[in-house]
Parts: sequence; structure tokens; C-alpha cells
Amino acid sequence: MRAFSVLLPLDLIKVRFMASYSTSEFKNGLKLILDGNPCSITENILVKPGKGQAFNRVKMKNLKTGRTIEKTYKSGESVEAADVIDIAVEFLYSDGELWHFMDPATFEQYAATEAAMSDCASWVKGQEPCTMTLWNGEPLLVTPPNFVELTITETDPGLKGDTAQGGNKPATLETGAVVKVPLFIEIGEVLKIDTRSGEYVSRVKE
Amino acid sequence: MSVDSWHAVADLESMTHRARMLQSIRAFFAAAEVLEVETPALSAAAVTDLQIESFSTRMGQQSLYLQTSPEYPMKRLLASGFPSIYQICKVYRREEQGPHHNPEFSLLEWYRLGFDYRQLMVEVVSLLQQLSQRFSNSATAEMTAVELSYQQAFLQTIGLDPLNTTVEQCRQLCQQQQIEIPQGMSTHQLDEWLDWLLTQAVAPAFEKDRFTLLYDYPASQCALAKISDDGLRAQRFEVFYGELELANGFTELTDAAEQRRRFEADNQQRQQAGLSAMPIDQRFLAALQAGLPESAGVAIGLDRLQMVLCDKASISEVLAFPFSRA
Repeated sequence: MRAFSVLLPLDLIKVRFMASYSTSEFKNGLKLILDGNPCSITENILVKPGKGQAFNRVKMKNLKTGRTIEKTYKSGESVEAADVIDIAVEFLYSDGELWHFMDPATFEQYAATEAAMSDCASWVKGQEPCTMTLWNGEPLLVTPPNFVELTITETDPGLKGDTAQGGNKPATLETGAVVKVPLFIEIGEVLKIDTRSGEYVSRVKE
Repeated sequence: MSVDSWHAVADLESMTHRARMLQSIRAFFAAAEVLEVETPALSAAAVTDLQIESFSTRMGQQSLYLQTSPEYPMKRLLASGFPSIYQICKVYRREEQGPHHNPEFSLLEWYRLGFDYRQLMVEVVSLLQQLSQRFSNSATAEMTAVELSYQQAFLQTIGLDPLNTTVEQCRQLCQQQQIEIPQGMSTHQLDEWLDWLLTQAVAPAFEKDRFTLLYDYPASQCALAKISDDGLRAQRFEVFYGELELANGFTELTDAAEQRRRFEADNQQRQQAGLSAMPIDQRFLAALQAGLPESAGVAIGLDRLQMVLCDKASISEVLAFPFSRA
């Protein structure tokens, strides 16, 4: 029993506080704690002379401020993992300051700040299923669905018959985002957009 | 994983350039009467290098490793009495991925009997020039190469003598010149600091559109190279285009006892660093014992070479299916 009572707390401490990632696990989207702040890796570049020491040059976004941080690690170093969870939420509305979401399973509502919405705000109008990253129960980051369907509110007149030629023009979507579209696209059409690249994919047939 | 990513990344033009580059290389070696060979990619022995990680697999109870370079079997060919040889093959290195790295990549490796590293440097430049002309890329067409010793390069760019310095001096230099110090830097491994300075300050100062041959590395970075008589320098060179590392070569160490000592020292370092010791290639050591002729060898990363010849920024652009789509 004594051994048990000694081992259990240590084990718990390890799980709760010592979770960490080695540089070999670094990839885009991995969430770390840097100087007490939760960060998400946006770029991880290996710097390595063929026969020499490897380094990971990492760009991270501070998820609270949205600021980008650059830092280099000797490969093999460990960095504290951010204790985050991803939940599925539905976008409800924006009040101009905060974006409101609901967990459709629990009906619990969450309010995301502008910093948390930086990847998402241009692509949602309402009811889209999004992924919300929570840190200590607080929304850190909202990721839109990979594809959204949005209506064009403004673009130059379409060129009739020009469906095969290359070339494109800017078009403003109902969310205010501007995307490049082929010349034949017209106001009022619904487009499928890839939110990861911000690129036009296709027209959505009514 | 997205199934959208089934299609090739390299375009037809890029694959055509690859085929043409390989043809030109084979023509170059045919003219020089260097023999093309093939050796096994899978072996029970592995590289012991602290900085290179092998992929491993199993057959029955036996552990097997994918080659990180064809160096050992090619030298066994030389010790078996073969003439000068070359090989174009795939090599595999774990945990190397990025704009200039793919875990599986193509290598051109060749060995010249009776050459030392300086003579081989001349041949490397002549191959690179021939390829540049063939591709007549405006940036590389009039290519000349710059030769720079490791010591000169450090002295010229950051005023540090790499053959006579300390970790503390390197740290101070980073602070003075506002070079970031990576998290986790050692307090006693000087080579780690030299590697960092090379990638951050020295190589970035190499001329942008030219080949630079950096030679006479510190003896502590000798790999499988002969050491100079003064004991300070390895008879080793690397080729860069701008700051992009393309090739590594040396006058081959022929002393079996010294080679065994280096392998064992590598394994000791690996264990100190928390890595597993690797099975030393005993057949390679036996070949050295039997007698490796005086020779020099070099390996060139072909994917990166194609990036240079075709002016591409990322290794993915010259690969049909980079690792993320393999």
C-alpha cells in the first residue's frame, strides 16, 4: 500500500503537468506552451547540415494575442504541450465584438474573441459546423469547415461564353471576404470555397 | 489524409528535366570510364553517425536497416578490386523533412581510385559545370566555383577561427552579432555551435548564384575522411549552391583500426545522447583491414541538384510524390 500511495501522485503529476512534445513530433497545428502562453505551430523548418546537428526553426502563433513568434530548438529538445481540447461547435452570430458559438451536443455557448477568429471570421455567416480549440475551458481558436458555400455580392460583370479561358477577377462574398474567381462568374452565384487556401473551388448548382 | 492528394506534384517538365539530368550524369561517367554499380539498400549493419537516423525493419528475428548512403558497400567493391565506380540510388533518413529535405531522396555517389579530395573537387566542379551548361539556366550557365577553406569562411564572415575557439566564444559571438541561440545548446559540444554558425551566418554569406566548395573541415567533423598531418583538419569538402548544401566528399580513411575507433566513439556518443547504439558494419571493417586502395569519394543530393538546375525553391517541386503524398 505504501508503494501505491507514493507512486500514484507521481504518476498523476507526470500525466497532468509533464506532457511534452519532442521536436520530432512538431507539425503545423501542434499546440505548445511557450512562456506560459498557448501557441500553435504554423511553420516548422528543419535546419541541418548533412553530417551535422539538426535544428528546428519554428514559427508559432500565440493563440491569445495572435502574434507570431519565431524560435529555434536543437532537435531532440522537448517542449511543454498545451492542454487543449477540440470540440465541434455551430456558429450562431456575431455581436460585432464577439463571435458566439454553441456546442450542439450540450447546448453550451461559447464566445470567441477576434484573435481566436482570425482564420475563421471571413468564412462563416451562420450555422456552419466549426472546430473550437479550448484551453482551460476558454476558446482559443476557431477553425472553419474546410469548405463553405457563400453567395457573391459584388464582382465585375461576367464574360458570356468564356468558360474555358484562363484569367480571373476579384469577387466579394456575403461575409465580406474577397476571393479570385473565373471571369464567367456573376453576382448572386453561390460558390464553394476552400477555407484553408482561401481559393475558389467551384460553382454550386442550385 | 486527403485523397485529393493522389496526383503528382512534379509536372511533366520537371520529370523531363530529371530524366535529362540522369542521362547527362551517366554520359559524364561513361566518358570518364567510371563504372556504374548497384549495391543493397537493406542491410543488417547501419550507419553509427550521431546525426543521421536510419529506418529499420525486421525479417524474422533479424533487424535490418535502410541505407542512409551506399558508402560501405561501395568501398567494399573498391577493396574487392573494382576500378573507380559510381552509383545513383535512393537513400533513406528518418526525421528529415522540409523544403530541402525528404526522408527518401536520390543520391549520386562516386569513388575515384588514386584521387585525393582536392582532385575530386576539380571533378565535381567539372560535372556541375557540364550539367549547368546542359540546362542553360541563365543563373547557372556561366558558373564558376569558389573554393573556401572552413577556417577562411568563418574568419571572413564572422571573424571566428573555428580551429581555435570555444563554446563560450561562440556564445558571445552569437550575442554580439544578434544570432539567435537555439534552445538546448550544449555547454561542451563545440561542433554543435559551429554547425549552427555555419547555417546561420557563414553559409548565408556565400555568393548567391555560384557553387562554393568548403573544404578542410575541423578534424572533429571528419566522418570517414583522412585527417591532415597536423591533426587539425579533415580532408573533407562540401559543395554549396548559394547556402544550399549539395554534396559531401573526402579523401577516404583507409585505416581499419582508426575506422573502428570512430564507429565505437560514435556509438558511445549516441548512447550518451539517449539514442540506441547501431550495429557496426563488420564486413566493411574487414574490407578496410584487407586493404582499401587510396581513393576519394563524394555524394551529391540529386533532388537538390535538380532544384538548382531548374531554379525550384522546394524539393517537393522536383519529386513526383513527396513524402506527404508517398
